[in-house]
Amino acid sequence: MLIWLLIHFLAAVCAPLLVKVLGRKAFWLLALPSAGTAVWALLNIGWTQTPHEERYPVVPSINAALDFRIDSLSWVFTLVVSVVGAAVLAYCAGYFSNKETDLYRFAAHLTGFAGVMLGLVWADNLLGLYTFWEITTVLSYLLVGHLSEKAESRAAAMQALVVTTFGGLAMLAGMIMLGHASGTYRVSEILAHPPAPNVYIGVALALMLVGALTKSAQVPFHFWLPGAMAAPTPVSAYLHAAAMVKAGIYLIARFAPTFADYDPWRWMVFAFGGLTMLIGGYRAMRQTDLKLILAFGTVSQLGFLVILVGGGTADFALAGITLVVTHAIFKSGLFLSVGAIDHATGTRDIRRLNGLGRKMPVLAVASTLCAASMAGIPPLLGFVSKEAAYTAMWNSDHPWQPVMLVVIVAGSVLTFAYSARFVWGAWATKDPAAERTETHPNPPVVVAPTVLMAALSVLFAYPSPLFEPVVRPWTSGMPSSEHPVHLGLWHGLTPALGLSALTIALGVVLFVFKRQVFSIQAALPDLPRAAQGYRLIMRSLDRLSLESTGLFSRGSLPMTLTTVLAVFVLFPGSAVAAAYLHLPELKVVIWDHPAQALVGIVMVAAAIGAIRARRRFRGVFLVGVTGYGTALLFLLHGAPDLALTQVLVETVSVVVFVLVLRRFSSRFRDQYSLIGRGWRLGVGILSGAVFAAAVMLAPQLRVAPPDSTSLPVSAYQFGGGLNIVNVILVDTRAWDTMGEISVVLVAATGVASLIFLRQATFSDLLQRIRQTRDVDLTAPGRWISSAKVVPDERRSLMFEVVTRLIFHAIQVWSVYLLLTGHNAPGGGFAAGLVAGLGLTVRYLAGGAAELRAAMPVMPGTLLGIGLFLSAGVGLVSMLAGGAVLQSWTFDIPVPLIGNVHLVSSTFFDIGVYLVVIGLILDILRSLGANIDGQIARAPVGSQLGLGARR
Amino acid sequence: MTVSLTLVLIAGALFGCGVTLLLSRSLVRALLGVLLMGNGVNLVFLLASGPPGRTPILTEADKSGVPIGPEGISDPLPQAFVLTAIVITLATTAFTLALAHRSWQIGRTDVVADDVESQRTHERAVANDMSDSDFVSTAEPAPPEGPDTEFIEREGRDVSAEEAEAETEEVPGADDVPAGVGETGPGPEGRP
Repeated sequence: MLIWLLIHFLAAVCAPLLVKVLGRKAFWLLALPSAGTAVWALLNIGWTQTPHEERYPVVPSINAALDFRIDSLSWVFTLVVSVVGAAVLAYCAGYFSNKETDLYRFAAHLTGFAGVMLGLVWADNLLGLYTFWEITTVLSYLLVGHLSEKAESRAAAMQALVVTTFGGLAMLAGMIMLGHASGTYRVSEILAHPPAPNVYIGVALALMLVGALTKSAQVPFHFWLPGAMAAPTPVSAYLHAAAMVKAGIYLIARFAPTFADYDPWRWMVFAFGGLTMLIGGYRAMRQTDLKLILAFGTVSQLGFLVILVGGGTADFALAGITLVVTHAIFKSGLFLSVGAIDHATGTRDIRRLNGLGRKMPVLAVASTLCAASMAGIPPLLGFVSKEAAYTAMWNSDHPWQPVMLVVIVAGSVLTFAYSARFVWGAWATKDPAAERTETHPNPPVVVAPTVLMAALSVLFAYPSPLFEPVVRPWTSGMPSSEHPVHLGLWHGLTPALGLSALTIALGVVLFVFKRQVFSIQAALPDLPRAAQGYRLIMRSLDRLSLESTGLFSRGSLPMTLTTVLAVFVLFPGSAVAAAYLHLPELKVVIWDHPAQALVGIVMVAAAIGAIRARRRFRGVFLVGVTGYGTALLFLLHGAPDLALTQVLVETVSVVVFVLVLRRFSSRFRDQYSLIGRGWRLGVGILSGAVFAAAVMLAPQLRVAPPDSTSLPVSAYQFGGGLNIVNVILVDTRAWDTMGEISVVLVAATGVASLIFLRQATFSDLLQRIRQTRDVDLTAPGRWISSAKVVPDERRSLMFEVVTRLIFHAIQVWSVYLLLTGHNAPGGGFAAGLVAGLGLTVRYLAGGAAELRAAMPVMPGTLLGIGLFLSAGVGLVSMLAGGAVLQSWTFDIPVPLIGNVHLVSSTFFDIGVYLVVIGLILDILRSLGANIDGQIARAPVGSQLGLGARR
Repeated sequence: MTVSLTLVLIAGALFGCGVTLLLSRSLVRALLGVLLMGNGVNLVFLLASGPPGRTPILTEADKSGVPIGPEGISDPLPQAFVLTAIVITLATTAFTLALAHRSWQIGRTDVVADDVESQRTHERAVANDMSDSDFVSTAEPAPPEGPDTEFIEREGRDVSAEEAEAETEEVPGADDVPAGVGETGPGPEGRP
């Protein structure tokens, strides 16, 4: 069975290509999977007697598998879906023109739908059923909205989507409840061993029924089906007559044998089905569009089907399944004939069609036969199913039986009446004096499916008793009456025959007096429509979303942040407070070291000063003080690596801030009222308090030993290093470091792209760098190489001398830090920052030219090589047969030096080193040199960005 | 695990001051707030590592195992996380400042303006303006009329559906009901 699903899926995927190559003829090919499924099902008719199961485990540990099962019920539905599908797809080959918009998409959706519908009837797992159910919803949405430029199509598609998805979600809830109560999600097992009836199961079944009712367009959810007639006719014929709406019927039929006696089942089924049958028929009588007559007719017939398949006795079941087959046959034939009329004349309005019966005789006869089958006229198949239905209802001993009998007879009378209206409206010559409507010839494949369906309605009528044994395994599981229903054209003079005669008589009366009937209908007051209720609900939703969004989002970023922080203070805050009440004891010491208190006082003072600072640089430096204080705290806590890196980063940060803020005004520009400052301070105090409380609480609750207890031993054994922190960074958690340097690379790229806005500036820079490499800058008698270039007023001799003296020492020290990082404080980050600071010193001394002389490469080169090196280490290690980013140690005996102990993670560290240098180089180039250029080019008055009185 | 009160207070104070600055409208001030918060959070990692011990650099004696805590070395794992965080903070600082610079270039200010779209939504909510909604009128939309395909083939050429529909006219007396009366869907009030 999975094979057929895959074939359908493959066909759907190839459909766009086929349509682009072959045009509308591609539909012939796309009809093959459905036709093949029908043949395959017929060959395996034995599965109706002994069900066939297939199971494909997906995740064995949680018992998740793809379950498929065919028994007699699924077999009938398979045949219905595949035969009608093949007919409709072949019909499309003649119906559409090659210029039809987006035909390729349509073909894919329709073919896919055929496969998904099959999956639905084969699924033996509740959640699998739900998945296929929702996919049909989505495909229906796409197909109904096929002509997506038309507003009506879009509105209709959305309506169908909302209503059926609402039902689908209710159904999912019911399914989960049912599955939970039964302990399994396999449908066959739930049906074999159902849970005991109680309120919980009743609610679950009611929810599942809601899903089926929305899908099968029952009152009050019926309004989406006439709206869905905006779809092209093949879609209406397939989805909204024969296949998708039958999914609800299938669900009810599947669960009825076991659950029909459970509490809400029967009355829900009878009440909604009966109401739908009457309302659908009533409204069908008022339509003037042929498709809408059929649409409301479908609604009415679905109501009838819901009553029958939900009835829960063998009689009802047999009548129901027969009606399913019958209805699929005649409804699809009728819809396809409407499409043919549309194509021939250009309209479906019965007020405009005149005398078509004479002009298109073959189609007229076929269509009339189908309509007669719908009306239940002997000796057609529709009559057989209606007789069976009447007999079943007559024999039923349900307390509502008299009412339901009246309902279905009345509904059948209306069915006869609107079938007659259809036939008359489409084919009759209403005004012999007026012209007959112009017709254009239809291709044969457009007419053939209706003829086929009419033929089936005729031919299957007499041998209908042969259908009984096919479904007996399914119906025999249900209680049967003393006079079981049998299919057949003639049972003798039974009450059912009398009812049929009564139906036909009353139907003829309604048709003959159609003028009076119409006036009565027009005179009756307009009842509230379900569609209006839908629109009211949707409008309320829109209103609710508008009001709630308007309340909270005012566009102000501080407002949004305050909302977030308010939630932080309220919810985690209250949880923390509650936890404190239950804490037996508070394990707190005043400090780990007295110096912590001293440093802390300075830091907190600086932080409070930073809040109050109105000048930009004052704020920057005060924040920098907290940064250096943090470094001291790191040192006191036994983390020299951290302290080193923190100090270096803080220094680089200050440099970056100065490079950028020199262009800004010296004071902050934002002003706040007293209230503004008040709530900012208030939120800050509250958040800080909650944060401190939480941070004090969490370690109290810790019971597990630290994760790093095994690290000291393995750091040396596997990582080959004595500096455990460095080993963690480049070996144990090297992936994190890889992610980190990628972030650094991205940020550097971002900085460059924000500053180098034009390609021209960038190319200029490349040019200048190349020139620097060629020119010999070793100028004798100068302390730095670009001394000639810098204007005299900017030069500081002290600075140049110091730069000259320390630059090379800085670089040597950075290389040293890099190489010893594995066994002593240091490592790629610290080393890279040191090297970067060396470059910064040279830049500050000599400007952009000096920077170019110091490092005549683009930052991108360094960043790229660095990342490549780090990733390459991981890759090579994988290729060598180990895990990714595993460290290898080599001891290489070198003469005169001794054993050189090399670890491969050093190369990873070198990659990190290059990336960090690249970042700083990028900052100096973009935020330093480029902004220098901007300042130089700016008009004289605005050059003094810093310190200007504003 | 015991907790150092001083560290808790410092971390809380830094975080609180950082939040206060974060709520400013100026981008540079908000960045300063983020840096303060970042420093506070880095201190939390220290708290999480427990009471301090020696530097986590192994000596010969440590190679066979050393406890984590005051008797042995400090916990190295949180330290590695903090290192990563510090470097990423640097990258973030550089990027945010580049953003602020760009903002200055364009508007000579680094104050983040209110979002225009959200403001408009707020005004619409206050005014109960529902004009954006698809469901303003509770009347049903008109159902489709005419052919539901775009092109119909007519003797080898493709005719658009509207043209095809226009070819047929209403037949006088075609329906046994008075002209003008007929339900194509919603009642006469239904045209939105």
